[in-house]
Amino acid sequence: MTHSMSVSLHKMHVKRRGKSILGPIDLELAPTGFTMVLGPNGAGKTTLLKVLHGIERVSSGSVQWSVSGAQAQQEQAYVFQSPIMLRRSVSQNLAYPLQISGISKAEITGRVETWLDRIGLSNMAERPATRLSGGERQKLALGRALIRDPQVLFLDEPCANLDGRSTREIEALLLNTLHTGTRIIMTTHDIGQARRLASDVVFLLNGELHEQGRATEFFDEPKTPEAKAFLNGDIVE
Amino acid sequence: MNDILSGIQAAFWLIVTLDADLIEITLRSLQVSLSALVIASVLALPFGTWLAVRRFRYRRATIATLNALMGLPPVVVGLIVYLLLSRSGPFGVLGLLFTPTAMIIAQVIIITPLIASIAHQAMRELWAEYHDLLISLNTTKRQRIMTLIWDGRRALLTAGLAGFGRAIGEVGAIMIVGGNIDHATRVLTTAIALETGKGDFELALGLGFVLIALALLVNFGIHSLSKTEREGRW
Ligand SMILES: Nc1ncnc2c1ncn2[C@@H]1O[C@H](COP(=O)(O)OP(=O)(O)OP(=O)(O)O)[C@@H](O)[C@H]1O
Ligand SMILES: [Mg+2]
Repeated sequence: MTHSMSVSLHKMHVKRRGKSILGPIDLELAPTGFTMVLGPNGAGKTTLLKVLHGIERVSSGSVQWSVSGAQAQQEQAYVFQSPIMLRRSVSQNLAYPLQISGISKAEITGRVETWLDRIGLSNMAERPATRLSGGERQKLALGRALIRDPQVLFLDEPCANLDGRSTREIEALLLNTLHTGTRIIMTTHDIGQARRLASDVVFLLNGELHEQGRATEFFDEPKTPEAKAFLNGDIVE
Repeated sequence: MNDILSGIQAAFWLIVTLDADLIEITLRSLQVSLSALVIASVLALPFGTWLAVRRFRYRRATIATLNALMGLPPVVVGLIVYLLLSRSGPFGVLGLLFTPTAMIIAQVIIITPLIASIAHQAMRELWAEYHDLLISLNTTKRQRIMTLIWDGRRALLTAGLAGFGRAIGEVGAIMIVGGNIDHATRVLTTAIALETGKGDFELALGLGFVLIALALLVNFGIHSLSKTEREGRW
């Protein structure tokens, strides 16, 4: 499965009702690494992730994965900002992506058990997913994304509702996933978390790509005053 | 007043003793309406779901038509089916007029739009909820529809029950195409109409009670289904 995927955006522009909400952006993302998309609310982070994943319509410009579009999407997984729960049990939610790709029952059962354990939901396997708490939902959505062993993983604020301990557990899980060769592209509002995880950073502001570079450089010596202010927790205009 | 009281008494007696006519008519009613329900559901449930998932050019027009069809007066449906099936009509050779089959056809036409419309409403909500996930997982159209049908099965069952309720209580269309023939096409509603006309309230009331019981059952079913749906239990 290891033909790695890189992506390049060329003058990519998303407009809605005549208003520009993201771009135009030129951006190259390497086939490996942990990219953190940062920026204040409404900066366009979610939009960028959806564009990369191919589920948001682009008004002009192009998004080019190194493999064909269909294959790219097949081998990607996406965790939405507000987790989407199927009206089924927790374990059936985990099984769903495997079922639709036609994997055998026996293998599904095994993998579901593994992932129930990894996300710490083994004791609520038969519970309706719609009755989980916010944090439990996020864990389930993450497990459901990882269960197909994606090459590229998109995470839109996956730890927003998690407590400190769960956050650490999830971070460990993500780093583990990264080391098995999955490329991760994530957003977060937790600067500490961004520092702990990121290998490179994409900083968006008002729908524009403001800064991009290696994580160490971005965090230690941001090039622009806006990025500096953002990292300090000041309000960025 | 006395007439009615003794009628009620006699009606209970008919039910308790499992009167042969009453049983026959009730069973035929169930047979006709359940058949209509099955056929209409097979058509309407996938169609309503498909309509919720699919964007196409005449989607709005289709939905508007569906809602308009839902308001079709049963008597008019009966008239049209009658004309189609009558000796001189296009399907006259089949000899279906005044048979339970004709009644089933009429009821299918009456309840299919109703079931499809209710199913469409429910599925549209579910689709809005699932949309991003199912698109992201790269599901095929077929998989999307199957997922929605399965996860929305309670709502679809509710739609089916509503259709059944309409079918079992309907009188105008089946009177016209069935003809209310004794031991052939007489069902609960047509029998009640006939017996009432004759002033024979015993059987009419007995049949009426059966009909009410069925209607209550259907409504309890719908109620408890939509309750479990809301509570997210299944
Ligand atoms: N369909 C749409 N129509 C109009 N405007 C939209 C649409 N989708 C998003 N927007 C706008 O585009 C901007 C970027 O939205 P986006 O969701 O990408 O922000 P974000 O960076 O993810 O913010 P947050 O941190 O709050 O999640 C916002 O101002 C939003 O209101
Ligand atoms: Mg967002």
